[in-house]
Amino acid sequence: MSSKKYSGLDIIKYLSLLIGVFVVLFPPYVIIVNSFKSSDEFNMASTMALPDSFLNLDNFKIVFERGGLLNGFANTLVIICVALVFNIIFGTMVAYVLGRFTFKLKKAVFGAYLFATVIPSITTQVATFGIIKQLGLYNTLGAPIVLYIGADVIQIILYLQFIRNIPVDLDENAMAEGASLFRIYRSIIFPLLTPATATLVILKSISIYNDMYTPYLYMPKQSLGVVTTVLMRFQGVNIADWNLISAAILLILLPTVVLYFVLQKYIFEGVTSGAVK
Amino acid sequence: MFGTLSYKTQKNIIIFSFLLIPVGLLLLFTYYPALKLVWFSFTDWDGYSPEKPWVGLANYKEVFSNPDIFGVFTHNFAYFVMGIVQNIVAIYFAVLLNGRLRGRNVFRLLLFLPYIMNGVAVAFMFGYVFDTTQGSLNLLLQAVGLTSLGETSWLGTPGLVNYSLASTGLWRFMGYNMVIYIASLQAIPRDIYEAATIDGANAWQTFWRITLPNMKPVIQLNLFLTVTGALEVFDLPFVLTKGGPAGASQTYVQRVVETAFAYNHYGLASAMSIILLFFVIVVVGLQQFVLSRGGNGK
Repeated sequence: MSSKKYSGLDIIKYLSLLIGVFVVLFPPYVIIVNSFKSSDEFNMASTMALPDSFLNLDNFKIVFERGGLLNGFANTLVIICVALVFNIIFGTMVAYVLGRFTFKLKKAVFGAYLFATVIPSITTQVATFGIIKQLGLYNTLGAPIVLYIGADVIQIILYLQFIRNIPVDLDENAMAEGASLFRIYRSIIFPLLTPATATLVILKSISIYNDMYTPYLYMPKQSLGVVTTVLMRFQGVNIADWNLISAAILLILLPTVVLYFVLQKYIFEGVTSGAVK
Repeated sequence: MFGTLSYKTQKNIIIFSFLLIPVGLLLLFTYYPALKLVWFSFTDWDGYSPEKPWVGLANYKEVFSNPDIFGVFTHNFAYFVMGIVQNIVAIYFAVLLNGRLRGRNVFRLLLFLPYIMNGVAVAFMFGYVFDTTQGSLNLLLQAVGLTSLGETSWLGTPGLVNYSLASTGLWRFMGYNMVIYIASLQAIPRDIYEAATIDGANAWQTFWRITLPNMKPVIQLNLFLTVTGALEVFDLPFVLTKGGPAGASQTYVQRVVETAFAYNHYGLASAMSIILLFFVIVVVGLQQFVLSRGGNGK
């Protein structure tokens, strides 16, 4: 197909891209090869050398047994599922109201969501901490859940775009047949927002999965570890065993990386529609 | 029952009931804490005692007059520098990957990959990359013959540690900026480029005269995110160096958290938070100002 020879410019282009890819993949490569090495092997060979065998799964077994990783995955899963259910319901409700009705405080509500992104959430934790304690949610799974369930402005903008593309005729036809406004939300708007919801589920799951600060601050109890806090504790105890820590890191990276390669199309769509428009 | 009411009544009920909990959550977990923070910042509260002694502006004076507190911001400067580099690299790759190129999607997929990775796992991964004796970066440098450079203590040298940490941020977020830049490039109409080619413009001229000006709003958005991101860095130095060596990599937010939760100076920490919030609002304001003067503020 390409009849032209590669020019000097093309070589620079591809070379820079390959360097970029090398820089991206180099740290994970080191983690992968070392997660399969025994302690002796790790101490003997260069850290960049391939392991004797990719079938040596001992490190992963130890991480699961000693690290409480299974418990961490379970807690994380519970938090993500519960938070997302409420998040989707609240997000679609706010977007339905803002997208379909005109009322006095409409601009104020949207503005409040918009301005909230300006407030650095980490700094307000000093005060949020007190509220969580007063609600009796400190050291329960409820703490991260209530902090995650609120809709954010990106989510509302994403839903609003989809709602604008749903013809108002649909609502009017339903009204002519006597459907209530709640019925319109439940049976027309909510199902038609499914593509936006799918994008949101992916992005929100990844961001909750990756959050360190909220579980670290609000759930110090050992049994309530999530993947990030479990990893932090595991590293703290096994600071010298790099092959073990590599296995733990790999196990924690795996779910999102797999999800990413399977669902990349929706992830790119979500990232761009949230940020550009 | 609900369906028999008039649509006007239904509308009011829906607006009220649909917004009640979500807006309630927003007020409870964002605005109420922010207001409380303002109040705390004028007190000498220790975080647990029932009295919150009013001290007026003393906390603010303390922040601005104590170079030990305000000086921490210089550590954040490294993240700002690397953020600018990150945006330049992202624009470069975005322009490349928007053109005709073999394996375009594979490159895009791989360069974005770090963004979805768990931050704590990434931090530990880089702890390993930067390790002085066993670290893969130094081994790599030695392997290519840069022996003396390959003995650098990346996380143990005060002047260097923040740049090492910030480069991890670059590694992680460059792809995110790139994808947003690609999206903005795809929004530029093709025919502008065709017209320019007919007029005899070369690749460099089209880049300066067409591509960059059309990307301006998105570049500004990303720069805003870079500045606020640089001000708010927390998790990376917290996990990787714990602020060390000797506090050299402690960032401002880390200092706030430590002041509040480790030293129980909630009042002072609140004042520090308010000052940060003020800086962020100034950045937003400046950005809005520049955008609206730039004309087509989309």
